[in-house]
Amino acid sequence: AKRASRGARLVVQAKVDLQGAPRVIRGKCFVTKDNIDTDQIIPAEYLTLVPSKPDEYEKLGSYALCGLPDEEYPTRYVEVDSMKTEYPVIIGGQNFGCGSSREHAPVALGASGATVVVAESYARIFFRNCVSTGELYPVETDARLCDELETGREVEVDMVADVLTDLATGKKYSLKPLGDAGPVIDAGGIFEYAR
Amino acid sequence: MQMQRQALRTPGGVAGRCPARVSCVAAPPTPSRTPASTGAVKRAMTMTEKILAKHSDKASVTPGDNVWTKVDKLMTHDVCGPGTFGIFQQEFGDAAEVWDPERVVIIPDHYIFTADPRANRNVDILRDVAQRYGIKYFYDIKDRGDFRANPDYKGVCHVALAQEGHCKPGEVLFGTDSHTCNAGAFGQFATGVGNTDAGFILGTGKLLIKVPPTMRFALDGQMPPWLLAKDLILHIIGEISVAGATYRSMEFVGDAVSQMNMEERMTVCNMVVEAGGKNGVCPADQTTFDYVESRTSEPYEAVYSDDTASYFADYRFDVSKLEPVVAAPHSPDNRKLARECRDVRVDRVYIGSCTGGKTEDFMAAAKLLHGAGGEVKVPTYLVPATQKVWGDVYTLPVPGCDGKTAAQIFEAAGCVTPAAPSCAACLGGPRDTFARMNEPEVCVSTTNRNFPGRMGHKEGQIYLASPYTAAASALAGHVADPRDFMA
Repeated sequence: AKRASRGARLVVQAKVDLQGAPRVIRGKCFVTKDNIDTDQIIPAEYLTLVPSKPDEYEKLGSYALCGLPDEEYPTRYVEVDSMKTEYPVIIGGQNFGCGSSREHAPVALGASGATVVVAESYARIFFRNCVSTGELYPVETDARLCDELETGREVEVDMVADVLTDLATGKKYSLKPLGDAGPVIDAGGIFEYAR
Repeated sequence: MQMQRQALRTPGGVAGRCPARVSCVAAPPTPSRTPASTGAVKRAMTMTEKILAKHSDKASVTPGDNVWTKVDKLMTHDVCGPGTFGIFQQEFGDAAEVWDPERVVIIPDHYIFTADPRANRNVDILRDVAQRYGIKYFYDIKDRGDFRANPDYKGVCHVALAQEGHCKPGEVLFGTDSHTCNAGAFGQFATGVGNTDAGFILGTGKLLIKVPPTMRFALDGQMPPWLLAKDLILHIIGEISVAGATYRSMEFVGDAVSQMNMEERMTVCNMVVEAGGKNGVCPADQTTFDYVESRTSEPYEAVYSDDTASYFADYRFDVSKLEPVVAAPHSPDNRKLARECRDVRVDRVYIGSCTGGKTEDFMAAAKLLHGAGGEVKVPTYLVPATQKVWGDVYTLPVPGCDGKTAAQIFEAAGCVTPAAPSCAACLGGPRDTFARMNEPEVCVSTTNRNFPGRMGHKEGQIYLASPYTAAASALAGHVADPRDFMA
């Protein structure tokens, strides 16, 4: 949901902007493995950027996932000259988002254009921060998608039917429902939801 | 109600039982109606459950319950403080006031001694909000050239919280930092949250929290002289993995715990988050009360797990049988025996951070260096966590070391001069951060995480270790077991 600007002071880019459509996201996926910690999602040297400042919010997005080791991840999540990613869907293994409590992690992902992570499990602070900020949907699945999919594959993440479809092969994978977390992220975070 | 506290030692054996016993001086009032009609039947609860029940005005809670908990203290620092207050101002409005300006503690510590203009600006922002909202506890720094010229500046937030008397048994503390769980050593509920949750707390003094189930870790037996608290928590994380305690509370009991001082208990609770844990707790005892009461006169009430409380899991460690360990690259659960890593050449050693930069940590490292004699073979960086720790390093005689201070011992051993207190290179930071790993080197460190790029360079290799193991490795030039250098 788009965030209304307060006076001229705050104009923040939309978080996950479904524009009123159902919670279905289509796009290329970026595959990561287990234990992607928040230092890999947004290295500590970029934490001087304050997420509540609009221009710094955008800059955080440009650094999303730049901490991933180059050998294992030859394709960058955000291209060198770009501020935004081509991969709205991130695939993860176990314990996605472990490590630091930095809210900059889900913020950087959301700011870069990520809309949903589909992983086997999450670290608690990261999961909580995704919901509170409304920056992206943290979807859980029992399927070991990080072994089945490759970066660049077109997928559809349907959070209404709770199914992920590999558009190349047509194969479908079951997702766990978001439950109460869904509407909070739809609204744009806990404050927006509370209103 | 005042509680008379007597920590009685129960000999060895009852599995997983906390040895401290408490006798009440004033008994709680007994209901005149039957429990069934008053709803006063209390479920046996763990101490984490009890703290959350009390703070949410409930007679009892069960793991899985979502409760609104009152907050006793909220801590933030220079990395997350500006964002937290930014959210507070956006959501509650310019005219809003903080729920209680005496319950917010603002501690700049992460990126302090750097030329990075944004980092410096963030401390200025904290100063502005501290002034605007009348924040009582703001440990400011203005003169970056000489940390000692700043009377208010403390250093690393988690150590400062304890040293300044902000940690008290039975309380609820949230911090915008994952190692806030450090304070659980005091028998309180302490955990890390993001900017948005913290911004919410600033306005309301409450937070919605899911009650975690508790995993109990009984640490029994006598600690061998070469083993430290850091080894214990590395053993535990290695045992259960980096997600072994996700969404759960970790309760540490047993002889080894009750014989630890507060700094050692903090080391254990500090790394609960590295196992995915929500919070860690040690039962409060005379050691706790002595520490707390010499730093604050504010009242508090310790709570204890009921004997019949339910635990999600029970682990037992006989510490007398444990050996020094490291967490090898690139995960805190990549546990290896130190003595099996002697083939790993080391480029540098780092002793610092909330986990391993406290007074006790430096005393331990100095003791090993002094006893072994000789000089370190690699650059050995020392970062006292706070101004007070720095002072201790320069003034306290290290036990059993001929009256020498840690600073004297470090100098004799050829270590780098102890640096200004802050988080420094534990998490890399701006490029000019002291001891940041800017080349792909191998480092033995007393810090808490070794994921890729943690201390700076993405190809850096970090071995997490105790201060003894770090000091031994510095002397050897490779990963070493403390016993290699202890008589």
